Amino acid sequence: MAVTAKPLPHAPEKAHGKEEEHENFHEHLMLDPKPRAEMNAMAMESMMSTNWKFWVVMVILAATVAYCLFYEWGVLIVDGQGTAGVTRPDYWGVFLVDVVFWIGISHAGTFISAILRVLKIEARRPFTRAAELMTTFGLVQAGISVFLHLGRVWVVYWMVPVPNQRTIWPDFHSPLMWDFMAITTYLLCSTMYLYLPLIPDLAMARDCTTGWRKAFYTVTSLGFRGNEFQWKHLATAMNIFAVAIIPVMFSVHTIVSWDFAMASRPGWSSTVFGPYFVIGALHSGISAVLLVLFLIRSTMKNMHYFLRLEHFDFLGRLSLIISMAWAYFYFNDYIVPWYGGGSVEKRLLDFLANGPEAPLWYLMLFCNIAVPWLILWNKNWRRKPWLMALVGIGINIGMYLERYIIIPVTVTITRSPFISRSYHPDIEIPITIGMFAFFLLLYMGASRLIPLIPVWEVEEGQVAHSLRTVGNTEVVSLSELE
Amino acid sequence: MSHPHEDEHEHAKEIVETSGKWGMVIDQDICTGCQACVAACVMENNTSFIGDVREEDVAYGRSMQWIRIERFWQGEYPKVKMTDYQPMMCQQCGNAPCEPVCPVYASVHSAAEDLNLQVYNRCIGTRYCANNCPYQVRQFNWRDWPLPAPMTQRLNPDVTVRQRGVMEKCTFCIQRIHKGEDQAKSEGRDVMDGEIVPACAQACPADAIVFGRLDDPESKVSRKALDGRSFLQLEDLNTMPRVTYLKGGSTHGRNS
Repeated sequence: MAVTAKPLPHAPEKAHGKEEEHENFHEHLMLDPKPRAEMNAMAMESMMSTNWKFWVVMVILAATVAYCLFYEWGVLIVDGQGTAGVTRPDYWGVFLVDVVFWIGISHAGTFISAILRVLKIEARRPFTRAAELMTTFGLVQAGISVFLHLGRVWVVYWMVPVPNQRTIWPDFHSPLMWDFMAITTYLLCSTMYLYLPLIPDLAMARDCTTGWRKAFYTVTSLGFRGNEFQWKHLATAMNIFAVAIIPVMFSVHTIVSWDFAMASRPGWSSTVFGPYFVIGALHSGISAVLLVLFLIRSTMKNMHYFLRLEHFDFLGRLSLIISMAWAYFYFNDYIVPWYGGGSVEKRLLDFLANGPEAPLWYLMLFCNIAVPWLILWNKNWRRKPWLMALVGIGINIGMYLERYIIIPVTVTITRSPFISRSYHPDIEIPITIGMFAFFLLLYMGASRLIPLIPVWEVEEGQVAHSLRTVGNTEVVSLSELE
Repeated sequence: MSHPHEDEHEHAKEIVETSGKWGMVIDQDICTGCQACVAACVMENNTSFIGDVREEDVAYGRSMQWIRIERFWQGEYPKVKMTDYQPMMCQQCGNAPCEPVCPVYASVHSAAEDLNLQVYNRCIGTRYCANNCPYQVRQFNWRDWPLPAPMTQRLNPDVTVRQRGVMEKCTFCIQRIHKGEDQAKSEGRDVMDGEIVPACAQACPADAIVFGRLDDPESKVSRKALDGRSFLQLEDLNTMPRVTYLKGGSTHGRNS
């Protein structure tokens, strides 16, 4: 067992009194261990306890989904895309904004879970699953938005490359085909990657429950008993997936950006779109994790133990860095067309800054740059969960607006000045609300069906961490568990 | 090394790729903007009447004529100067931006006619082609537009009626091209220049629209396309349009 000294973030370097120092260390989840049985019981309690408020919210969400999403979708299919606000030249509207937005949300889970796992960032442990669930359910919404967008959704299977009697194959020249492949690959990988670390927790739940839950967890835990052999294989599988899913994550949003960058529209045809979209996705994804963690912490039982201020602090710093990277890419995306000086691009930039949609553009810059830069630099503010939730909402509004500006606002400016018309969303508004409700509904349902805290990962981290006295001071030491 | 037949094929391909097969010349100098071509196109190609059903949709930019008369002005009000009328339809690009973006091969290039075809039955309505068209000439069926009973008599039996959710566009009246080619074949001769006329060219009272074979240097359309006034729309995009425009304005009244 190799032992390496690695101070935790914000471990106080010098403390005045020993008493105070001790307390500071116990702020960290990893240095505040509880017995395994107690922690298991806490996770189970938070999962199994519901009250009337939970069910009222569930019913409201279900009704919203039924009406706003599925009924209105039926209207959209029967009456045609004319019920939406899309028109020439805004052939692509809010539904594709939703696609990009939800895929962006889904990036957080993989980033937090896979990249931070590979890099062995210890702060990730209690909220990896909360983030991975966002990935899977976010991708479900993205898939729905793609279907909503199609003019003839009932023949969407023509995009699936299966041999057919007409011997027509999908066209792999089309960025939409790459997109279709990338999203389905990502959905499959991220679902498996959600499931693998879940197996030990499902086994734990199986051992703590009775009735239908017992039957459910018995099937889903795949006979996991926690012996050496199973742990070894699980660890191997998770390592393979954690490394393999990182390029999938980067590629999926790059490919989504190619839907736009490969087109010859002014404002879209840009080589910076790939990394710019990835950073944008992380920006919205991580701030959405902040928001979701706040909601979990304030509504579910025992979460104050698992989700601590240090985690909000950590995500806040991550968000600040990503916000700066995003600003850099946005600046690039703006300055290159400006410097290039093409007449259509000039018209577009002028339209963004002075046109009828200019308030949205300024609001986007405020939400994406000013809000994180003004708030997230302060450690005390980063440790206020409600404030972090507000930042999360702000950044997500900003990122939604960014996609809105990239898609329907940008395509208003065409090379043919005769065709120019502004876009007004119509049936897209209730359907988008319905999609948010569907996301929350799935998430709330899942939070009562699977342990939202990866208990075994927290326990593993707590076993690995210890305090050692070196001379006069106590230092945190972290052992590699093998 | 290469086979003589392959050489011939390459040569034919090169001609088609550079000049195209079927082409059109539009003389903006004599276009009066009367919109007869628009009406003729609607009648020939079973394009939906939208204004009858939902007028507000037309106001929102969902009219579906395959050809439109563009008009621009120069200068600031009140000192504005009208420019020439510019009929705009699918340019049948040799290097079409709409084709590679379709995921299901609904927007394809035909080898026989060297035209951009839209396969209505295959279209799933992603609208990527329309987004990528720099000329904005593709029309989308935003809804089903019902046609009251006696009006169905006006439908052209040679042309498909399109469903909602399907993209459509100018075909250079491909049904007329096929009819003319079949007629010539049954009579054992080649298609004569001016024998095949699309609906817009047929209806144009000023003969501003000329249609014919671009790969035949003797055809009327080839000779007109060499006029000093000729230009292509958005030529810098290298889409290789098959429609040539003849500039009007300063050369007003002069007919080459």
